[in-house]
Amino acid sequence: MSAHIHAVSAPEVALSVRGLTISLPKGMERAHAVENISFDLPRGQILCVIGESGSGKSVTANTIMGLLPKAIGITAGSIQLDGREIVGMGPEALRSLRGRVVSMIFQDPLSALNPLMTVGAQIDEAMLAHGVGTPTSRRERAIELLTEVGLPDPEVMYHQYPFRLSGGQRQRVMIAMALALEPAMLIADEPTTALDVTTQAQILKLIRDIQHRKGMSVMFITHDFGVVAEIADSVVVMEKGRVVEQGSASKVLRTPEHPYTKRLIAAVPHLTGEDRKPIPAKDAGPILKVENLVKTYRSGSALFRTLRVVPAVKGVSFEVAAGRTLGVVGESGSGKSSLGRLLIKLMDCDGGRILFDGVDIAPLSEPAFRSSRQKIQMIFQDPFASLNPRTTIGRILTVGPLAHGMAYAKAREEARALLDHVGLDAGAFDRYPHEFSGGQRQRIGIARALMFKPKLLIADEAVSALDVSIQAQILQLLDRVQRETGVSMIFITHDLRVASQICDEIAVMQKGEIVEQGPPSQIFLNPQSDYTRELVAAIPGERPQGQKPEAAES
Amino acid sequence: MTTFSAVHTPSRWWQSRVMRRFMEHRLALLGLSMITLLTLACIVGPSLLPYDSLSIDLRARFAPPLSGGHYLGTDPLGRDVAARLLMAGRISLLVGFTAMLLSIVVGTVVGVIAGYQGGWINAVLMRTVDGFLSYPSIFLLLALAAALKPSPVMITVIIAVTSWMEVARIVEAEVRSLKEREFVLAGRMLGLGRAHIMFREILPNAMGPIIVAATLTVARAILLEAYVSFLGFGIQPPLPSWGNMLNGAQQYLGSAPWLAIIPGAAITIAVTSFNFIGDGLRDALDVRHDTI
Repeated sequence: MSAHIHAVSAPEVALSVRGLTISLPKGMERAHAVENISFDLPRGQILCVIGESGSGKSVTANTIMGLLPKAIGITAGSIQLDGREIVGMGPEALRSLRGRVVSMIFQDPLSALNPLMTVGAQIDEAMLAHGVGTPTSRRERAIELLTEVGLPDPEVMYHQYPFRLSGGQRQRVMIAMALALEPAMLIADEPTTALDVTTQAQILKLIRDIQHRKGMSVMFITHDFGVVAEIADSVVVMEKGRVVEQGSASKVLRTPEHPYTKRLIAAVPHLTGEDRKPIPAKDAGPILKVENLVKTYRSGSALFRTLRVVPAVKGVSFEVAAGRTLGVVGESGSGKSSLGRLLIKLMDCDGGRILFDGVDIAPLSEPAFRSSRQKIQMIFQDPFASLNPRTTIGRILTVGPLAHGMAYAKAREEARALLDHVGLDAGAFDRYPHEFSGGQRQRIGIARALMFKPKLLIADEAVSALDVSIQAQILQLLDRVQRETGVSMIFITHDLRVASQICDEIAVMQKGEIVEQGPPSQIFLNPQSDYTRELVAAIPGERPQGQKPEAAES
Repeated sequence: MTTFSAVHTPSRWWQSRVMRRFMEHRLALLGLSMITLLTLACIVGPSLLPYDSLSIDLRARFAPPLSGGHYLGTDPLGRDVAARLLMAGRISLLVGFTAMLLSIVVGTVVGVIAGYQGGWINAVLMRTVDGFLSYPSIFLLLALAAALKPSPVMITVIIAVTSWMEVARIVEAEVRSLKEREFVLAGRMLGLGRAHIMFREILPNAMGPIIVAATLTVARAILLEAYVSFLGFGIQPPLPSWGNMLNGAQQYLGSAPWLAIIPGAAITIAVTSFNFIGDGLRDALDVRHDTI
């Protein structure tokens, strides 16, 4: 591709990993974080390392950066970076490589940036740490970098603190820092996972452009085959610490050989562009009718002139038919999560009506709403935070019904039946949340929401914290639950691909308003509003007009 | 649909990471064994010794340690110091523990309510805490002890009154961050009552810092009791406490130094041991160590 840009004498391979084995301390789930892995990153190319959580992809990246925690050690193998062996290299020697030869960008740009330092100072520090340049030249370079990563007003940006920037801008700053010393190689550890889909598309484009311009080699870690299709030249697929398949991106995407790769690719949600087969509804009337709902956040105080008013939901109206699923799609800050919390009255709204089963629940006080609460239940986003770590699964499931006066014996019986129903064995009843994986916990969350036999389920980003293959299973489970119980659902997500899998109707939210609403076929194939068009176009790995996703044109 | 079993085998609490880390903390273990020994000695010791803590023997005044069957010597009235030390230990440890329990309960309740409710309730409760904190606690203690009839119960209450505020602050901060977690929202979604969410869902998750605060509060309470009794406002003779034993010893520092050294050593051992345990628990419960 662009190998000739660099010095002629440089080896053709930027990174070569041979037989690398990294052991974990005793008592962990498995003995090795990675076992006997080998791969090459050719100079000037983008290599995607893909795998689910726990596959060892981040450990591999940290090893190359020399950032392994003390408890983990390399037991065998070699890593050659630019022809230099780094296994066994001293910490000082490694430090001098970091930033100069290889640089890294992280998943969460907010926690990777120092909140107390300006953007400029942090880029300056990256250069200063390696004793490069004078204060003036470093400043010029920093502004040049900020311009290079496409940040508006680099001069102003130089003096900004990270909290003032959006997620995408922070990631651009991270990239600027990583580029400060012109490293030959960049490691990107899930750099777009925490970003909105349109921002993700921009950052992917930026990384690809910079890589192209500078002839850099990039090792890109991801769990999303959509991203692989967008930017990869070659792919390494990892499962439980082993490399199960590697090859060129087009080959792996088109003709995957290993069953695990096939499974991963099959699990990637695609835009179906087709409407969901309707579930025969018992009665066609709407279970929920929302009219002109308004919520405004206020913070600070008018007295001290620090009052900040942020409109979260601005006059939203929609209906959910009984037994159907409405998807609410939008980027972060679009007000979709606020909407979910308003509907279940975890927050009070500032105006509008919420007609649930014909009754306006918006003005009800908490005691008056208590009996209806059972009919509207929620599935939360983070399966690790949504279950109380100090209580058994049994108590998590039965505490609600018990508080509403169900007998314990009956509650326990129902909880066990539901655990079985959501695909967990009844022995889970006496265990604690930490004994379960993310997907299993989400099943418990679903079982908890079903304990009351609700009429309406609100799923707030219920699958976004899960691996793709687990995601697909949870979506199937929700679909099955709906077909069996006839429960209506509001499915809140930022992922259009997921929404297209499960929704009968989709509402697209932007800045607190619904900009478009319709069946998936309309939203994805014939979007009416500009914003929806932009969202659909930004989905990684998808070609518009329902074409099958193919390998990136390389 | 396939059935999944749990990832990890269930483990008992003594196999947990917290226990393992606590057991690796040498000073904490030392502290724990010292306290256990001291407590056991205070409970069973007095009945094993040949002398009663109150029996006066004027012929054996100022007997030095290890003489005439008095392991730790006798005091100016010929009373056995060992017996008095252990009886005093009962009082001092009991006052320390009870004061700690009281201040933990009060501090926790105030902290949980203030942290969970927020708004004006938080403002009122936490400003009350600030108010209590702004009194120099020793002077408050002395003033109260001088005004009220000093009995062990009263001393306990007074110590508790001056030491619950720190617990309240710790708990309030912890609860304020815990209440943003989704499991609290889930509790509200299930229609659980406020008290249920505060004390049965949130509180168990805040136990770590509370336990640490508890051990440090015991140490502080023992010190405060000794302090007040030493100044003569606390436990009144003839009932012994480590503090008033020190008080009684000060006139004879030159002639019978063991009268001061022995209860002083007991206080030091108890307080440092509790502090070591507190340090060990803090390290063991600190989630920041939870990587790998």
